[in-house]
Amino acid sequence: MGSALINLAYLAAATLFILGIKGLTHPRTAVRGNQLGAIGMLIAVVTALVDQQVVNYVWIIAGLVIGSGIGALMATRVQMTDMPQMVALLNGFGGIASTLVAGAALLDALQIDLSLVTIQFAIATAASGLIGTVTFWGSMVAFGKLQGIVKDVRLSGAQIINAILLVIALALSGWLVVDPTATWIYWAIVLVSTLLGLSLVFPIGGADMPVVISLLNSYSGIAASAAGFVLNNNALIITGSLVGASGIILTSIMCRAMNRSLTNVLFGIWVASDEAQSSDEVYGGRVKSANAEELAMLMEAARRVVIVPGYGMAVSQAQHAVRDLVNLLEERGAEVEFAIHPVAGRMPGHMNVLLAEADIPYDKMKEMDEINPSFDQTDVVIVIGANDVVNPLARTDPGSPIAGMPILNVDKARSIIVIKRSLSPGFAGIPNPLFAADNTLMLFADAKKGALDIMNALKAV
Amino acid sequence: MEMLVVSLTVFVLALFVGVEIITKVPPNLHTPLMSGSNAISGITLVGAILSAGSLGPQVATILGFLAVIFATINVVGGFMVTNRMLGMFRRKD
Repeated sequence: MGSALINLAYLAAATLFILGIKGLTHPRTAVRGNQLGAIGMLIAVVTALVDQQVVNYVWIIAGLVIGSGIGALMATRVQMTDMPQMVALLNGFGGIASTLVAGAALLDALQIDLSLVTIQFAIATAASGLIGTVTFWGSMVAFGKLQGIVKDVRLSGAQIINAILLVIALALSGWLVVDPTATWIYWAIVLVSTLLGLSLVFPIGGADMPVVISLLNSYSGIAASAAGFVLNNNALIITGSLVGASGIILTSIMCRAMNRSLTNVLFGIWVASDEAQSSDEVYGGRVKSANAEELAMLMEAARRVVIVPGYGMAVSQAQHAVRDLVNLLEERGAEVEFAIHPVAGRMPGHMNVLLAEADIPYDKMKEMDEINPSFDQTDVVIVIGANDVVNPLARTDPGSPIAGMPILNVDKARSIIVIKRSLSPGFAGIPNPLFAADNTLMLFADAKKGALDIMNALKAV
Repeated sequence: MEMLVVSLTVFVLALFVGVEIITKVPPNLHTPLMSGSNAISGITLVGAILSAGSLGPQVATILGFLAVIFATINVVGGFMVTNRMLGMFRRKD
């Protein structure tokens, strides 16, 4: 195949990727969109395979077989609650692939044709190595945190270490551009970027992982784009740039939903509250605990019920129990909807996938802005494993660390039921006056058990 | 240098296309968007195949081989898991 034909095929692939993402703008067209993307990828891979530069297929086929096996295994085995970990791993693998590709391209070019080693080539190689490696190690740490293997640590001075590492990596990159024949510089960049990736993500708290995963998603795209600049391949450049944009947009949505700036999240800065109320002051004698029977009585007459799921629902795999409760409520004539805060869970859209897994139709899942005006016409709100995203202090206390964060205004509902194991604070570390409100009843239980108990009690009413 | 400008043009234009479509993806589908965009960022596989199959030094071939593995996991795992998730999204019937 001539080079024009090859480039046309890559263009077709890139077009299919764009159409594929466009399909994702609606659940009805999404499956098709994903298939279009897969067809685009097939075209790109076949095109690469028939490229005349490819003379030896043994390693390629071995790699494709091993990679497909692992990928298929991961995709079919992963539980929906563990999707954030899966995405973190995939981000990381994309990043390391770009690092390896750029390294191999450098070695190839030096041996085969020195004229390939232009300034663009050298800059792009250094960028691939840097961004790809940071993505890989950052994603590994994020995976470890989501999986609970890596604990949160507050590294003081992490920002200084990061700045120093970044300067070293950039200096090495400059050196590689000046002298691209010194391949050891490339591996030095990879080494420094390894340290940078680790120290960037280690100090970031577990609850900030939605932001980190989105950002690493973006980096993995930018790394692919950089590899495209190395190989002068438009398919890589376009696709990487699309993914880079996607990650950045999700990152900014997550930051806005927490009312924090990106630098604030990345540097693990948390505004200390000046007049933090102790939990005794907020809760002292005012928290009302109820049992499942009492709650069932309350729900019996409810005409409109809104359920607010949080990370606690994912942890206890409560989505199926919640679905059964919803079905029962609907049989009894109640209208039930879900209110989903953008940062509920550990990645963007995490709750929606869990609810979809439990067969809850997507038109029942409402965004924050859509459902907030309806809380004062809601009879019962059930908060399942969520905390900070329903804390009214965000609205009322300008000194609070979550001041200004957009929240679900569940306190406006007639009655609120909170299923939670204890009164322990959420990530923000502050007490939640919602739990002590006059119209709130607490059910101290694990999310799944709580939902099941209420359902059984409701059946008995 | 001219190549660089052309490539940069493509990069920047694609960025705008990306921003345009991705802002229209509803929050419901943000997780599949991430895994799906992850799958297509496995496009690095193209570069990996070119390295693993070329006449270059042995080291480059091995690096290419490893890159093929990682990128293929990304592509196959990404598309399959996205498909699995999207299959779960249903309307009220």
